[in-house]
Amino acid sequence: MPKPIIEVKELTKQYGDFLAVDHVSFSLQAGEIFAFLGPNGAGKSTTIKMLTTLVTPTSGEIIIAGSNVITEQNSARSAFGIVFQDPSLDDELTAYENLELHAVLYHIDRSERTERIEALMKLVELWDRRDHLVKTFSGGMKRRLEIARGLLHHPKVLFLDEPTSGLDAQTRNLLWQYVQRLNEDENMTIFLTTHYIEEAELVADRIAIIDHGKIIATGTPADLIKQTKTEHLEAAYLSLTGKNLRDEDVSASEAQRMRGRSRRNR
Amino acid sequence: MEIYYLWLRQIKRYSRSRSRIIGAVGQPLLFLLALGYGIGSLYKRAGGGNYIDFLVPGIIIQTVLFGAIFWGINVIWDKQFGFLKETLVAPVSRLRILTGSALGGTTTTVVQASLVFFLSFFLGFRPYEWALVPVALIVVVAFAFALTCFGAGLAAVVNDFQGFQAINQFIIFPLFFLSSALFPISNYPEALRIIASLNPVSYAVDAVRTLLTNQTYFGLAKDLTVVGVTAAVLLAFGVYAFNHIES
Repeated sequence: MPKPIIEVKELTKQYGDFLAVDHVSFSLQAGEIFAFLGPNGAGKSTTIKMLTTLVTPTSGEIIIAGSNVITEQNSARSAFGIVFQDPSLDDELTAYENLELHAVLYHIDRSERTERIEALMKLVELWDRRDHLVKTFSGGMKRRLEIARGLLHHPKVLFLDEPTSGLDAQTRNLLWQYVQRLNEDENMTIFLTTHYIEEAELVADRIAIIDHGKIIATGTPADLIKQTKTEHLEAAYLSLTGKNLRDEDVSASEAQRMRGRSRRNR
Repeated sequence: MEIYYLWLRQIKRYSRSRSRIIGAVGQPLLFLLALGYGIGSLYKRAGGGNYIDFLVPGIIIQTVLFGAIFWGINVIWDKQFGFLKETLVAPVSRLRILTGSALGGTTTTVVQASLVFFLSFFLGFRPYEWALVPVALIVVVAFAFALTCFGAGLAAVVNDFQGFQAINQFIIFPLFFLSSALFPISNYPEALRIIASLNPVSYAVDAVRTLLTNQTYFGLAKDLTVVGVTAAVLLAFGVYAFNHIES
């Protein structure tokens, strides 16, 4: 088997006495679509933040496209693109200016820059709106622009953190079409997190189910159904993660902040 | 290249928001008018000379102090509304991100201070020696850069607008009022004089005042030394704190 494009070993993040991610290991082959599926607060976002250099792991190792994410941050950063869960565009700039700044930050040559921006803005059907301020865009338009931005520097891996939350059905459908096209045409590896079972089943080659900071099962949707002797993926998921409601609907870092606050108030 | 575009981003954002420009210059102008006219005649009668000459350097530093620290709110804004993440995952060092952004903040702050400087001409202010104006400008630019970096670092540590406001109310305002910006230190009561003499803002004001009006309290050499050391400390804090942002 060829060398994996993403290799994660014993990845752990601890906030105080709270284990957000607990010795997680997995690997992805180039060209795979891999979904991290789990309830709110399971550790999906913390994991993706560690993979994308936003949060430093407590321990463990991450290799992306041959670069160690912890020690060779900049070469790892050039290798991936990311679409964040929450918008991360500059509202006061135009759509074009947002992409231009991204191109500069990722050292794309001036000669290639304009061409590449045009091509991607046409892909997400925003070229006509290029000179409009982003603050005039709808949620769906912003997400499309973020996808264009994430792809600008030819990443080998694309991270999508809850990419469809808050989008209408049309935009969701379009988004998955782009993702599948990119995956097929450019053999791009896609890592996505979601708590929508049907989306994971629809697009992912392989799914890892994560809960309480641990991966509790990995496999193709069919594998997971077989493993749990259930009828469909949703039943498999519920049999693995239990039917209890989760109160952990805040992100791990937010939870940590609130714990700190309540400790101080005591 | 990255630094230039990050600078440009700040300039674009600034020039697109007219209310910010008016707000940033409005407050110092209000001080200048209210104090300049209100206290000016008393000051003259008490034998202090021309109060406007005394006051303008203080108001210039006020513009820089509040402008630069306030600029830190942009960083909180970027953090709150996500744009910061885009820069933090880019293959660019944090030092460059901070430098480019802080240079943008420095530019806007210095533009505001210059506006105040020129508008004070309407109140009769004139620098005593034009050749020294560029030197004063260098002091103002250096001070503004150190303060914007500090403001960005502060924004990295503080997580919300309220916290930032509190720091502003309890640290920056007292630093300004308990300095030599508005009144001559020599007339202060003993306790206040000691406080003002320990306050680095006094030295920044005194440096600009010496260069623009030839009135000095501490002497230019001492002024520049204290401003230099303060700027170095502010810069070091800003760089350290910004380097340790986690989102």
